[in-house]
Amino acid sequence: MGSVIVGCDVGGTFTDLILHDPVNGLQFAKVPTTTANQAHGVLAALEKTGKNPNGIDLFIHGTTATTNALLERKLAKCALITTRGFRDVLELGRRTRPHPYGLIGTFIPVIPRDLRFEVTERMDATGAVVQPLSEAEVRAVAEEMLSRGAESVVVHFLHSYANPAHELRAAEIIRAIWPNEYVTAGHQIIGECREYERGVTAAVNGSVQPILDRYLNRLEAELKQRGLRRQLLVMQGNGGTASSSIVTRSAVHTVMSGPASGVIAAARTATAAGFPNVVTYDMGGTSTDVALIQEGVPLVSSELEIEYAMPIHVPMVDVHTVGAGGGSIAHVNEAGLLQIGPKSAGAIPGPICFGRGGTEPTITDANLVLGRLNPERLLGVERSTTMTAVAGAMREHVGDALGLTGEQAAAAIIRVANDKMAGAIRLVSLSRGHDPRDFVLLAFGGAGPLHAAALAKELGIPKVLIPARPGLTNALGCLVADLRHDFVRTINKPLSAVSEQELAAVLSAHVEEGRSILAKEDVQIEDVRVFHTADMQFQGQTHILNVAIPEGKFETQALHNAFEQAYWSRFRVALPEIKPVLANLHTAVIGKRKPFPVDALTSRTAARTVADAKRGTRRVWFEDGWFDTPIFDRDRLPLGSEFRGPAILEQLDATTVVDPGNRIEVDVLGNVIIHVAEGQ
Amino acid sequence: MAAIDPVTLAVIQNGLQQVCNEMDTAFVRAAFSPVIAEGLDRSDGIYHRTTGELIAQGELGLPIFVGTMQFSTRAVIDRARSIDPGDIFIVNDPYLGGTHLMDVKFVKPFFYKGRLFAWLANTGHWPDTGGMVPGGFSAKATEVEQEGLRLPPVKLYKKGEIDEEILSIILSNIRIADQRIGDIRAQAAALEIGERRLTSLLDRYGEDTVERAIDLLKRGAAQQMRAKIATIPDGDYRSVAIVDSDGVIDEPLEINLLIRKRGEGMEFDLSKSSPPCRGPMNSVIATTKSAIYLAIKHIFPEVPINAGTFEPLTIPVPEGTFLDARYPRPVSGCAAEVSQRIAEAVFLALADALPDRLFAAPAGTSGNLAIGGTDPQTGNSFVMYIVTGGGYGGSAEFDGISNGCSTIGIAKTPPIEILEQRFPVLFNEFAIAEGSAGAGRHRGGFGVRYAVVLRRGEARASFVMDHGRVGPPGVLGGGSGKPNRIEIRQSGKTYVPLHLSKDQDIQLRAGDVIHVQTPGGGGYGEPSERSPQLREMDDRFGYGLARSTHEEDDAAASALKAAE
Repeated sequence: MGSVIVGCDVGGTFTDLILHDPVNGLQFAKVPTTTANQAHGVLAALEKTGKNPNGIDLFIHGTTATTNALLERKLAKCALITTRGFRDVLELGRRTRPHPYGLIGTFIPVIPRDLRFEVTERMDATGAVVQPLSEAEVRAVAEEMLSRGAESVVVHFLHSYANPAHELRAAEIIRAIWPNEYVTAGHQIIGECREYERGVTAAVNGSVQPILDRYLNRLEAELKQRGLRRQLLVMQGNGGTASSSIVTRSAVHTVMSGPASGVIAAARTATAAGFPNVVTYDMGGTSTDVALIQEGVPLVSSELEIEYAMPIHVPMVDVHTVGAGGGSIAHVNEAGLLQIGPKSAGAIPGPICFGRGGTEPTITDANLVLGRLNPERLLGVERSTTMTAVAGAMREHVGDALGLTGEQAAAAIIRVANDKMAGAIRLVSLSRGHDPRDFVLLAFGGAGPLHAAALAKELGIPKVLIPARPGLTNALGCLVADLRHDFVRTINKPLSAVSEQELAAVLSAHVEEGRSILAKEDVQIEDVRVFHTADMQFQGQTHILNVAIPEGKFETQALHNAFEQAYWSRFRVALPEIKPVLANLHTAVIGKRKPFPVDALTSRTAARTVADAKRGTRRVWFEDGWFDTPIFDRDRLPLGSEFRGPAILEQLDATTVVDPGNRIEVDVLGNVIIHVAEGQ
Repeated sequence: MAAIDPVTLAVIQNGLQQVCNEMDTAFVRAAFSPVIAEGLDRSDGIYHRTTGELIAQGELGLPIFVGTMQFSTRAVIDRARSIDPGDIFIVNDPYLGGTHLMDVKFVKPFFYKGRLFAWLANTGHWPDTGGMVPGGFSAKATEVEQEGLRLPPVKLYKKGEIDEEILSIILSNIRIADQRIGDIRAQAAALEIGERRLTSLLDRYGEDTVERAIDLLKRGAAQQMRAKIATIPDGDYRSVAIVDSDGVIDEPLEINLLIRKRGEGMEFDLSKSSPPCRGPMNSVIATTKSAIYLAIKHIFPEVPINAGTFEPLTIPVPEGTFLDARYPRPVSGCAAEVSQRIAEAVFLALADALPDRLFAAPAGTSGNLAIGGTDPQTGNSFVMYIVTGGGYGGSAEFDGISNGCSTIGIAKTPPIEILEQRFPVLFNEFAIAEGSAGAGRHRGGFGVRYAVVLRRGEARASFVMDHGRVGPPGVLGGGSGKPNRIEIRQSGKTYVPLHLSKDQDIQLRAGDVIHVQTPGGGGYGEPSERSPQLREMDDRFGYGLARSTHEEDDAAASALKAAE
């Protein structure tokens, strides 16, 4: 007897929901995102399925509430208490500017100066007390913060990762008078040294915590009223989920959960299809996200900076964003070179072909002119424009300067855009020493499947995988994600000087804490998996390399060897004369849920033959010119079928372009696998 | 040779850029020197096989190296007697296209199908290259030999093998030598990565096509730069920027700039600047030129960097001035400080002509402070470097950024928690220097105020900063930022160093405190035009009342007078 599971992801434009019922199969819903209160969209999507919430066993939710609040700076009023002399750390940052060239820019600290307070206290780097905590000052400051209308508070003291006593005591004093639960002690979010990074991470937590808490409370109340009996699970940036009651304590973990959830779905889909090593490629309207999956596991980093001077050092799926999306504008610069972006037409006015007033040619317009997109099936069009008008704009803005026709200009735009995206993929993933031929390119998002085959050819990647539902990948990520809790401890000692027993104790304390949190969550899990990693460096370095440690086995020699090997494969440098240092220990405790049957996505009405799935023919441009190209209904392609490109595969939320010579295979899970013909 | 379609051209441009970016990234991640690893004080590029001209350079490289490596590559080309695949030349001679001695360049011939196609080169700032003070920023040197080990171009790697004899000479002449082998391998490995990537680019598009693309890209960049220059009205533009002193003789040094802008070209005349100085504030010609290049790149950041970018800029050698240092003039202050004053002169000269693009003067000092000694607790000797930023100038759009990094750098400050872990010091504060920003419609950014205490043992402190005499000037009616200020508190007494921003070998004992306040940025536009909303925020955030333009100017004038 299975259970009824719902995955619901709120994206920038659409709220997507997948409901899996072991008896009745799958249901999908796609409704516009309700920006003011995302809960309305979620409820509308659920209503569309007609399912009574009291029959739902598990509801997993991906929300952009915290990400949006942060990026748009619509934050809760959060105050800071810090060590005397250091209240400006959050505003001064680390002596940077937004771009290497150009001295104009602006930076707004997460917590404004009038809400940042100092108290007398000081630890040194060994955790010894230099100056005891003035408890009276903490009380006075807490009153002052309340009187200034602060809703949440962050305690951030120097060297609290080495000795948290002062932070814990100050938090305790504040909690005694604070009217709500929104009190963050910095070291409890991350126990790592670096005062700016730890401070910003804690400040972000305090600033989004009330927003997340209010949102989830509202949504849960609405769902309970409709009969839901269980707590929500919420997607986190690390690609795992946590129960709503736990996730609000460390709300910063939900930042950037949208892209993470797409990558998790990709990992699960690709693993099920037999491809453990994957580059994910998610192209949307304004940007493209790229991530790397190795042996079925997405790379996770604790060193990401989500915008200028905004480092968030909690583990997040390492998603690299490039500013090229369907709406990126093409232009010719003063040197006569064709450039794509960084300007984007966004949603308003959008590409020319959306008829919302856009006049400058975008990547989407180029795809339309080249026959890759079906003018009749564009989503979100307001007033239809003629193909001649779009091609005319291509010629006027790009073609004339380069001596090209409108169609040639469109082809040039696609090539330069593909090149830019291929460069990003190379820089984030393949330049780390991996051979592209060992990877599969998994494309999703509205525009990913349009460009994937060409990119793969450019990169020398032999296979492209387009999942069954490329536009619902994030919701699928919610359905398949496990529970996950992360822990970190700074060590900062040469490997030769650490005690194996002591570190084993640190790791087992992590595991114990993780297990006890899992036990409190109201979710059925089949198994608990533990992953330990170590941040390693050679003595004197400041950068780190993350190396895996086998569970329950902390051996310094093994770690030493693993580090040297990882260093060699990354940099081709061996340094036998320098001591390795153990910087931090990380632990991820993962509660494995019962695996979601990915093949459930394929239950639909397939045609009997490939020919039956054909919708018609269109003139489409490829690298070697124009081809009369068959157009297929993606959803009707029979499982297990094989045929050759050129082809266009259309489905509700995505269009897949297959170049001439490429071989298409529909696997038993409903994925389309494109075998890319060799490049020049 | 067939013509290249514009698309292939754009693709090759991105490809060359990526080769350099990958070298930059690998170098930083593998480096030991915190100046490279955290400070990003390094750069990687591709250079022409016979002229040494810049073909492409990493976007994340240190800005001041934008123009210097082509000069040092040229020096290698001129002096190399034989070259083989796998050779790497090492050079840091300031007079051969260099900066200061700490910037060590590796230059490697790149062969494609057995033929020399180009040179790959990178620069990394080593934490020490010997000399009279740890870290190399001497404030008192009077000849280059006192500043450290000077390396003419020699092959450190011969056909892929490191020359152990040359290596041992180097390691015997520098401090904290044990970690340098890590930097050397990282620096060489970055060039190897470049080699692999450039080879695959050539395999893909063919030698002829890439060669021709390089030529077209150079012409394109020149054309783009000319178009930018054309937006500046024709005319003569003047400015003066002041270096506090040379560290030895307590007199200001003057950078006197006249820009002659005609049509699509600009000439930068520095011939009226001060004569060569005794102390280390001389600038070698490569650095002087590079400072102008980087200033222009700051004004027009969208123009890509290659040799063509600089073609429309004419810079006659300012012979007989401190901006054309010859052997054996000491030069340790040229890359970090004098270059920033040169860039400032360019900004100030063009502010009236390009009010929408320009900004008031930034803090413009690297804020180098080095404290070295032996920690009695561990018995280990140490050298701690701190670099701090200052305020940027206001602009038409925004107030200046606070604690922005130096004009010529992109180095981050090390975290205080890491400094306190590694060195026997404690910071009493790290704060916004209230009131340091120049007033204006858009005020400058704020400088930083910090205080560092020696906790135990004894140590020596040296520093090379600038803008201690006058603050960074405002433009279009904006006020100056507050100057840099250093105070040393020892056994109950406080004193200000004679040269304000430069000194060396100050003996410190446990409990002694060094107070530093870095400059605020200049203001942009009349302070009376500042919006009520911005004023309200200044008040609410307790940023300190900025004084009026006239008060600032009077203060600056009397400071200058006092110095004369």
